[in-house]
Amino acid sequence: MAYFLQQLINGLTLGSIYALIAIGYTMVYGIIGMINFAHGEIYMIGAFISIITFLVLGLAGVTYVPLALAVVLLTTMFFTSVYGWAVERIAYRPLRGSFRLAPLISAIGMSIFLQNYVQIFQGARVKPMPPIVQGGFTVIESGGFTVRLSYLQLFIIVLTVGLMAGFTALIASTPLGRAQRACEQDMRMAALLGVDVDRVISLTFVMGAALAAVAGLMVTLYYGVVDFFIGFLAGVKAFTAAVLGGIGSLPGAMLGGLLIGLIEAFWSGYFSVEYKDVSVFVVLVLVLVFCPTGLLGRPEVEKV
Amino acid sequence: MAAASGLAVDKLPKPPVFWAPLVKDAALAALVAVLLSLPLVGLQTYDIGGGALGIRTHFDWVGVAGAVVFAGRLGLRLLHHLWGGRDRRAGPSLARLAAWGNRQTLPIALVGIGFAVALPLLPFSSRYLIDLGTTVLIYVMLGWGLNIVVGLAGLLDLGYVAFYAVGAYTSALLARDLGFTFWEALPFSGAVAASFGIALGFPVLRLRGDYLAIVTLGFGEIIRIVLLNWASVTGGPNGISEIPRPSFFGLPFARSAPEGVATFHQFLGIEFSPEHRVVFLYFVILAMALVTNAFTLRIRRLPVGRAWEALREDEVACRALGINPTTVKLSAFAIGAMFGGLAGCFFAARQGFISPESFTFIESATILAIVVLGGMGSQLGVVLAAILLVSLPEFGRAFAEFRMLIFGAAMVGVMVWRPRGLIAHREPTIRLDPYLAAR
Amino acid sequence: MSDGSGRVPLLEVERLTMRFGGLVAVDDVSFTAYRDEITAIIGPNGAGKTTVFNCLTGFYRPSAGRLAMRKASGQLLRLERVEGFRIARAGIARTFQNIRLFAGMTVLENLVVAQHNPLMKASVFSLAGLLGLARYRKAELAAIERARHWLERIGLAERADWLASALPYGAQRRLEIARALCTAPALLCLDEPAAGLNPRESGELNDLLLRVRDEERIGILLIEHDMTVVMGISDHVIVLDYGRKIADGTPAEIRADPEVIKAYLGEEEVDGTTEPIIVAPAQAGAQSQRQDLTALGSRFRGNDV
Repeated sequence: MAYFLQQLINGLTLGSIYALIAIGYTMVYGIIGMINFAHGEIYMIGAFISIITFLVLGLAGVTYVPLALAVVLLTTMFFTSVYGWAVERIAYRPLRGSFRLAPLISAIGMSIFLQNYVQIFQGARVKPMPPIVQGGFTVIESGGFTVRLSYLQLFIIVLTVGLMAGFTALIASTPLGRAQRACEQDMRMAALLGVDVDRVISLTFVMGAALAAVAGLMVTLYYGVVDFFIGFLAGVKAFTAAVLGGIGSLPGAMLGGLLIGLIEAFWSGYFSVEYKDVSVFVVLVLVLVFCPTGLLGRPEVEKV
Repeated sequence: MAAASGLAVDKLPKPPVFWAPLVKDAALAALVAVLLSLPLVGLQTYDIGGGALGIRTHFDWVGVAGAVVFAGRLGLRLLHHLWGGRDRRAGPSLARLAAWGNRQTLPIALVGIGFAVALPLLPFSSRYLIDLGTTVLIYVMLGWGLNIVVGLAGLLDLGYVAFYAVGAYTSALLARDLGFTFWEALPFSGAVAASFGIALGFPVLRLRGDYLAIVTLGFGEIIRIVLLNWASVTGGPNGISEIPRPSFFGLPFARSAPEGVATFHQFLGIEFSPEHRVVFLYFVILAMALVTNAFTLRIRRLPVGRAWEALREDEVACRALGINPTTVKLSAFAIGAMFGGLAGCFFAARQGFISPESFTFIESATILAIVVLGGMGSQLGVVLAAILLVSLPEFGRAFAEFRMLIFGAAMVGVMVWRPRGLIAHREPTIRLDPYLAAR
Repeated sequence: MSDGSGRVPLLEVERLTMRFGGLVAVDDVSFTAYRDEITAIIGPNGAGKTTVFNCLTGFYRPSAGRLAMRKASGQLLRLERVEGFRIARAGIARTFQNIRLFAGMTVLENLVVAQHNPLMKASVFSLAGLLGLARYRKAELAAIERARHWLERIGLAERADWLASALPYGAQRRLEIARALCTAPALLCLDEPAAGLNPRESGELNDLLLRVRDEERIGILLIEHDMTVVMGISDHVIVLDYGRKIADGTPAEIRADPEVIKAYLGEEEVDGTTEPIIVAPAQAGAQSQRQDLTALGSRFRGNDV
C-alpha cells in the first residue's frame, strides 16, 4: 500500500511535467491541425536554459533559492518562448497552404536541427546539476517502507496545477483565448471577422513553448541531469498524453499527461524499468488504433 | 508572359526602395537571432570535473549571428523587392532543368549504372572509395524501399529502420544459431521483415498522415528498445557478432580454407587480396539496389502500384472505385519492409557485427530525408540525395560534425523552398499515344 | 424480375433514416430506382440528398432502414452493412459533389485505375504482370481499350495523357463520370453532375447520360439542382425536403405537385391561413410550367448537405 502511494506521488509529479508539454502539442494541433514534432526539442532547450541560468546565478553569487527559482523560471520561459516563436515563423508559417506532409517533414527537420544545434554548442555529454530544492516530508510509514513527498515534488505539482488553472482561465475568458478558440473552429471566418490569425497562431506557439520551458525547468530540478536527447523521448510521451486525453482538448492534455505519468510510474514500479518507455509507446499505439479521438476529444465525421 | 501581353516589364521604372521598413525588419530578425543564440551559443557549458559545470562565454559569436542575420535578411528582402513583379528566376529555371533531367532519365540512368559498375576498375578507385560506394548503395536501396511506402503510397513511415533492423537481426540469428550463409538468410530476412510490415500496417489502417507517422515512429522505437533489452536473444547492447561474411557462391574470400575447399583467389588462380571481398560486396549491393529499382519501375505499371499511387492521391475516390484501401496499404508496407529487410541482411553480412545502436530513429529520419529531398517518387532523386548525404561528412571533419545540423536545416529548407523535393516529377505509367498509333 | 409495369428494379431503398446526433438528416425515405431509367433526386438545399447518396455508397452507416441492390441474377444484396469499397464492387459507382479525381495522374491513368479489380483478377494480384506473362498484357490492353472507348465518348481522347488536374472544370466532371463508368457498374450514382456547367455543357451531359442509359443499359441515379437536366432526361423524380420524401413520380407529375412547389417557394399568408403559392400558368401548356419550375430550380443551385 505504501509502495503504491509512493508510485502514485511519483506518477503525479511525472504526469505534471508531461501535462505541461502536452498542452503545447494539443494547442498547436487544435489551431493548425499539425503535430509540432519539434516541441520536444523546445522543452529540451527550456531545460538547458534553466541549467545555464542556474549556473550564471551561481557564479553571480545568488544563493537564495526562491529568488533563484523565480529568476530562472522567468528567464527560461522568456528565451524558450522566443525559440517557439522562431520555429513557427521559419518552419511552419511558409508551409501553411502546402500539402499535408510538408509541415510534418519540416518539423522533423527542425527537431533534428535543434537537437544537433544544442549538441554542438553545449557538448554531447550529460549536464549534471546539484540538487537545488532539497528535503521533503514523510507522508506515512508502513511495513518498513517510507512514503516521502519531497518539497520539490510538491512544488512541481502545485505549480503545474496553478499554471493549468491560470491557463484555462486565460483561454476561457480573455479576448486572446476567445480569438484562439475562434481560430480553432474556423480560421477563415475568424480572419474575416478581424482576428489577426498570424498573431494568434504565433501566440499559441509561444504559450506552448513557455509551458514547455517550465516543464524543462522542473525536469532539471527533479532529475538533476539533462542532455540534448531528452526532448525526443519526452516529446513522444507528451504527445501520447495529448492524444490519450483527446487531441485539441486542453483538459484532455492535462488529464492525459497525468495518466501517462501514472502509467509510467506504476509500470516501472511494478513491472520493469527497462521497458517503461515501451509501455508508453504501446499506450500510444493502442489509443491511436482503438480510440483516436481520445478520452475527452470530439469525434470526427468524414466529410465526403 | 509579360512579353506576350505586350508589356515590357523590364522597361518599367523600378519602384523606389523604402529603406526604413526593410532595415526595421532586418533589425528585428537580428534581434531574434541574438536572443536565440544568447543563452545557448553565448553561454556554453563544459565539464570541469567532479560533476560540476563551468561556463564559457562566446558573446562574439552571438554578435556574429546577429550581424549575419541582419545582413542576410536585408539582402534577401532587397533582392525580393528588386525582383518582385517578375518571375523569380531561380524557381522556373531549376524546374526547367529538373524537367529536362527527367526526360533524359534513361541516358542518365545508363551512365550512372555504367559508372557504378565500372567504379572498382577505374584508376582512381581505392578500397576507401568502394567502401563509400557500398554505404551509398545501402542508403540508395533503403531510400528506394521507403519510396514505395512514402513516395508511391503516400504513407509517412517514420519507423522504417525497424524493418532494416529486423532483416539484419534475422540473418544474424540464422547465421549464429543455424549456420545460415548470407545467401540462405536473404529470403528469410525479406520475408520476416515483410511480415513485420504487415504487423505494422494493421494498426495504422485508419490513421491519417500525422498520426500514422507517429505510430510508425513508435513502432520503430519499440523494436529498438526490445532489441536493446531482450539480451538473451538479441545480445542486448552488445548485439550479435561474428556473422559470417558472404562467399562467392561457396568460395570463401579467405587467404586459405580448410581441406578440400578452394578459396576464391585459388579458384581464379590470382593473388589473394583482401579487396576481393570488398569489391564483391560492392557488386552484391549494387545488384540488390538495381533489383529494387527495377521492381519499383515495374510495379508502378501494374495494378498494385497504380493502386498505391491512387491511394496517395485520394483514398475516398479509391473506395468509390472498389479498391480496398486495407490491402493496398498492407501491400505497400509489406513490400517496402521487405526491401528494408533485404538491405538489413546485407548490412549484417558486411559489418560482421550488428547492435541496436545502428537502428535509431535518426536512421529512419535519414532515410526519410533522402526520399523527401530527392523528390518523393523520384528514383533518380533518391540516388542523388543518398550520395550527398553519405559523402558530405567525408569532405572534412567540420562537415562530419555539422552533418546532422545541415541535414535538419536542409529538410526545413527544402520543404519551405521546394516542397515537392529537388527533382519532383512524376512520369506517367502509360500513354495512349502508342496505342492510338497502333490502331 | 419486373414489377409488372415492365420496369426492372435495381435499387430498393426502404425507410432509410440517418441521424447525426440529434439531427435527423434523412427521415424514413423509401424509393426504388430502376434499370434503364434515369432517376433524379431533387430538393432544396439541406434536404438530405447527398446524405442518401453517402448511405447508399457506404460512406455512412444508416441509422435505420434497408438498402437493397438487385443483381442481374435476381439475388438481393443488402447494402447497409456492406463496407464501402465492396459496394462499388457490387456494381454501384458514384461521383462526388467536389470532384475527386486523381489529380497527379493522367486522364488515362485515372480510367485504368478504375479497372483495378478486373486487372488484379486477370493478373493474379499483379504477379502475372511482374513475371511479364502475356495474360496481363492482354488484360491491360483491354483496359486501355475500354478507357479509350469512354474517352472518345466524352471527347477527351486527344487529352488522354494530360494530367487530370490540368483539365478544365467541365472536362474534369466528364472524366469523373467516365471513370465511374469504367468500373462497369449496374447503377451509376452522380452527385450534381451539372454543377458549374454552362448550358451547352449541360446539354452535352444530357446526351451522355441518355447514351449511357440506352446503349450501356446502366441505371442512373442523380442528385441535381439544374432543372434542364432533371426535367430534360429523367424518367423518374424523387423530391426530398427536410430529410423526408415529399413526392415520387414522373417529371410531369412532380412539376404539378403542390407539395413540391410549396417546398421550393414556401407558403404565403392569405387572410390568416397559409396557402401554398401556386404558380399560375400565364399560358396553358406544359412548356411554361416547365420554364417556371426551371427558373425556380436554378435559384437553388448550390452546395447541399
